[in-house]
Amino acid sequence: MSIVTVQLGQCGNQIGFEVFDALLSDSHSSQGLCCKRENEAYQASCKERFFSEEENGVPIARAVLVDMEPKVINQTLSKAAQSGRWKYGQHACFCQKQGSGNNWAYGYSVHGPRHEESIMDLIRKEVEKCDSFSGFFIIMSMAGGTGSGIGAFVTQNLQDQYSNSLKMNQIIWPYGTGEVIVQNYNSILTLSHLYRSSDALLVHENDAVHKICAKLMNIKQISFSDINQVLAHQLGSVFQPTYSAESSFHYRRNPLGDLMEHLVPHPEFKMLSIRNVPHMSENSLAYSTFTWAGLLKHLRQMLISNAKMEEGIDWHVRPPLSGLPSLGKMSLNKDLHFNTSIANLVILRGKDVQSADVEGFKDPALYTSWLEPVNAFNVWKTQRAFSKYEKSAVLVSNSQFLVKPLDMIVGKAWNMFASKAYIHQYTKFGIEEEDFLDSFTSLEQVVASYCNL
Amino acid sequence: MTQSVVVQVGQCGNQIGCCFWDLALREHAAVNQKGIYDEAISSFFRNVDTRVVGDGGSISKGKICSLKARAVLIDMEEGVVNEILQGPLRDVFDTKQLITDISGSGNNWAVGHRVFGSLYQDQILEKLRKSAEHCDCLQCFFIIHSMGGGTGSGLGTFLLKMLEDEFPEVYRFVTSIYPSGEDDVITSPYNSILAMKELNEHADCVLPIDNQSLFDIISKIDLMVNSGKLGTTVKPKSLVTSSSGALKTRHKKPFDAMNNIVANLLLNLTSSARFEGSLNMDLNEISMNLVPFPQLHYLVSSLTPLYTLTDVNIPPRRLDQMFSDAFSKDHQLLRADPKHSLYLACALMVRGNVQISDVRRNIERLKPSLQFVSWNQEGWKTSLCSIPPVGHSHSLLALANNTCVKPTFMELKERFMRLYKKKAHLHHYLQVEGMEESCFTEAVSSLSALIQEYNQLDATKNMPVQDLPRLSIAIILSSENISPGSLQFL
Repeated sequence: MSIVTVQLGQCGNQIGFEVFDALLSDSHSSQGLCCKRENEAYQASCKERFFSEEENGVPIARAVLVDMEPKVINQTLSKAAQSGRWKYGQHACFCQKQGSGNNWAYGYSVHGPRHEESIMDLIRKEVEKCDSFSGFFIIMSMAGGTGSGIGAFVTQNLQDQYSNSLKMNQIIWPYGTGEVIVQNYNSILTLSHLYRSSDALLVHENDAVHKICAKLMNIKQISFSDINQVLAHQLGSVFQPTYSAESSFHYRRNPLGDLMEHLVPHPEFKMLSIRNVPHMSENSLAYSTFTWAGLLKHLRQMLISNAKMEEGIDWHVRPPLSGLPSLGKMSLNKDLHFNTSIANLVILRGKDVQSADVEGFKDPALYTSWLEPVNAFNVWKTQRAFSKYEKSAVLVSNSQFLVKPLDMIVGKAWNMFASKAYIHQYTKFGIEEEDFLDSFTSLEQVVASYCNL
Repeated sequence: MTQSVVVQVGQCGNQIGCCFWDLALREHAAVNQKGIYDEAISSFFRNVDTRVVGDGGSISKGKICSLKARAVLIDMEEGVVNEILQGPLRDVFDTKQLITDISGSGNNWAVGHRVFGSLYQDQILEKLRKSAEHCDCLQCFFIIHSMGGGTGSGLGTFLLKMLEDEFPEVYRFVTSIYPSGEDDVITSPYNSILAMKELNEHADCVLPIDNQSLFDIISKIDLMVNSGKLGTTVKPKSLVTSSSGALKTRHKKPFDAMNNIVANLLLNLTSSARFEGSLNMDLNEISMNLVPFPQLHYLVSSLTPLYTLTDVNIPPRRLDQMFSDAFSKDHQLLRADPKHSLYLACALMVRGNVQISDVRRNIERLKPSLQFVSWNQEGWKTSLCSIPPVGHSHSLLALANNTCVKPTFMELKERFMRLYKKKAHLHHYLQVEGMEESCFTEAVSSLSALIQEYNQLDATKNMPVQDLPRLSIAIILSSENISPGSLQFL
C-alpha cells in the first residue's frame, strides 16, 4: 500500500527531499546482506510505498510540495532532478509568492482557506495514482508560519475528506533557543489543533538531532542539511519495508496502519518519538562491529532513562520494582526519572536478526498497567540491512519522552502570553485570545495525562 | 517571490537611495552572472525593453534588457535628483517616477508636510500606484529619509499616512537618519519630533540611524586600513563603505562612505528574502518577530564585519568575533549600547558560509552577557542566507528591539524643549496653514508616551524571572480499572 507525503514549508520540503533520497539510496544499496531475490522484493515494496513509475523508468516520489514562497520548492525540485535517480512530479507542487511570515494565524486563517481547493486537489491527484492507499505522511515544522499553520489546516481537511485514511504528522520541534521568536506560540497552536485531527504525531527535536550530529557523527560545522540527513536516516529505518508477522516471505503491506495499531491504543496519547542505534559517521562505521545483545541493551536503557542518543546514557535509572503501585505522579523536575511507556515498537534490520533477543522490552515494569506487555510491545525483524549498517535497531515509542519538552514549550508560551506580547500579530488574522487559551488547556491536559501514567 | 518599492525623499534620502541602487546592481551582477532576469532581481528591479515607447515595455523573464529600479524619487529641490539623472545611474531610474519642485522646504517640517503634502498628494499617489501596478506581489515599501530637515522629514512622513490608507497590506519600513547633537540645522529637533509622531503612528518598522555613529564607524575603518597594522591584508573591495565595482567609482562626496553603510544595511536586510539559504527570513517575518507591541517598532541595527581580511580560511575565532562585534556599541548604527540595556527581541541575519551550529554556539556564548525581557528570555530570530555580500565571505546584520533607543529619544526631546520653551523659530511653523501649537504639544506627548513605555520595560530589567502559575488540570481516575479516565479542567 502506498503512502502519500505532504511536505509543507521550508522545513517540510527540505526534510522531505532528504527522506526520499535516503529511502531510494538504501533501496538501491548493494550492501543489503541478503540474496538477490530478497533485495528485489525489498526494492519493489519500497517503490510501491513511496514512488510511482514514469515512462522512462525514473521513479517519481509520491509527494505533494506546498510552500507559500517559491525559493525552497524550486531548490528542492532541482536537487531531486539533479540526483538523476528520482524526482518529484512536475505538477506536484503548490507555491505562492509571499510567505506566511512566521505567523500561524496567517498560515491557518488566510493562506489555508484561500488555497484550500488547489492544495486538496493536488493531494487528491496524488492519492488517485495509488493502486492501494495506506495514508498520509505530513512533514512540517512547528515554529514557522506555513508548515505549522497550513499544516494544521490541511490535516484538518484531510480528516474531513479522507476520514477512512490514516494521517501521521512528522513534526519538527525547533531548537529551544532562537529559531523564531514566536515559535512557542506557533507550536502550541499547532499541537493543540493536530491533537484533534491527526492520528499520530511523530516528533523530532532539533536540539536532540543536533547533539547526534555533534557527538555521534563528529560533524564540526553542523548545517541543516546534516540535521535533515540524520532525520531522514531515522525515518528511513522505520518506514522501509519490514516483514509481516504472518509470513516471512512478504513485506508488510500497511505500514502506517500497523504502526498506528501498535503504538496508538488510546486517542489521548498520540505522541511518538524515535530512537535508533547505532548512529555514526561513515568513517567510524568501517571499524565498528555490533552485537544484537549490545545494541538492544543500549536501546532499552535509552528508553528507560529518556536518553536522546547512545552517548551519555544514564545507567542509574532503573524501572520500578514490579509489585509496587505505579500510581506515582511523575515529577517534572526529577532527574532520575524513569520513563514509563504506553507502547513500544522495535524494528530490527540486518544480519542474524532472528537471533536478536528482545525479552528486555517485555518487562511489565516498563509499561503502564492498563496494557499487557504482549499488546504494548511489538517487534518487527527484517533480514535485509539498512543503509550500510550491518545491524540496526530503531525504537518507535509512545512514552513519556516528550513530556518535559512539551511542558517547557507550554511554559514559555504561557509566560509570553501573560504579557500579551505579539498577540496583536495573531488577532490581526482572526486568532483570538480564547483560541490561545483553548490551546493551552488542551496541551495542559496532554501533559497531565502523560505525567500520570 | 515578492517585490519592494523604495521611496527616497529629500536630499539625504535620495543620496542614500542612490548609493543603495548602485550597490544593489553590483550585488546582483556578481550573483547573476548569466544576465538572466530572475526572481531575485525582480524584487527590486523591473526588466524593460526600452525600445517600446510608453508603459508597455515590461519583460518578465529571459535575458536582462534594461533594468529599472522600483523606486519613487521625491525632492522639493532639484539639485540632488538632477545630479542622479546626469550621473552614471541615470538609466536605472524611470523619469516618470520623479517628483521635484524648485524651492525646497527650508528645513521646515510644516512646509514639507502640509504645503508640499497637499500640493503633490495626487501626483505622489499616482506614482506610487504605478509602481505598485508593476509588481506581481508587492510586499514592502522602503522609505529613506532624514528626520532633521524639511522635505525628508515632513513630506517623507506625510506619505506614510498615504501608504497606510492606500496600501494597508503592504509593510512600511522606514530608514530614518536622526540628527546628531552637533547638527547644523537649528530647527532639527522640531522637525524630528514632529516626524516621530508620524513614525509612531504609521510606520510598521523604523530603523533609526544617526550620522555621528556612521562617521565613527568610518573613522574606525580608516584607522584600521591606514594604520599599517592590518593595512596590507584588508581586502580592498570588502570595506562596508566601499563602492568599488559599482558605477560610481570614486567617493565624490564625504557622505558617500556613510551612505554606503546604510545601503549595505538595506541589502543585507532583504538578502534572505531574495536569495536562497537553509533558513530563510522574509520581510514580513521581521515585523512578526521583532515587534511585540505595535508602538515598540524601533530597531537598532549593526553590521559586521566592517571589512574582511584576505585570509581565505576563516578560523572560527574570526567568525565568533563577528558575532561579538555585532553587540558592541561601536558597531551600532545609532548611538546606543544594547549590551547594557534590555532586549525585547533580537534578529541575527547571517550571510555566507555560516551554518546553524556556528550561530547556536555564538548565541550560547553571548547570551549570558545580554539581558532579555522576562517574557522573551530566548527571543532570538535567526536567518541563514547562502549568498554573502560582494567582497565578503560572510556577514552579519543584527537587528535589536532594545531599550537602548531611549537615550536618543530623550536627548531629542531635551533639545526640542530647549527651543520650544523660548518659542524660538516657532513662527516659521505656525505661519503654515493648519499648523498650531497643539501640533507641537501632541508630538511631544506622543514621544513622551513612547519613552515611558521604554522606562517601564527598563524597570523590569534586574528583576528575577518568575514562572507564572499555569492552568491546573484535575484528573479523575475511575477506581476499578486504572485507565486514562476522564479529565476535567479546573
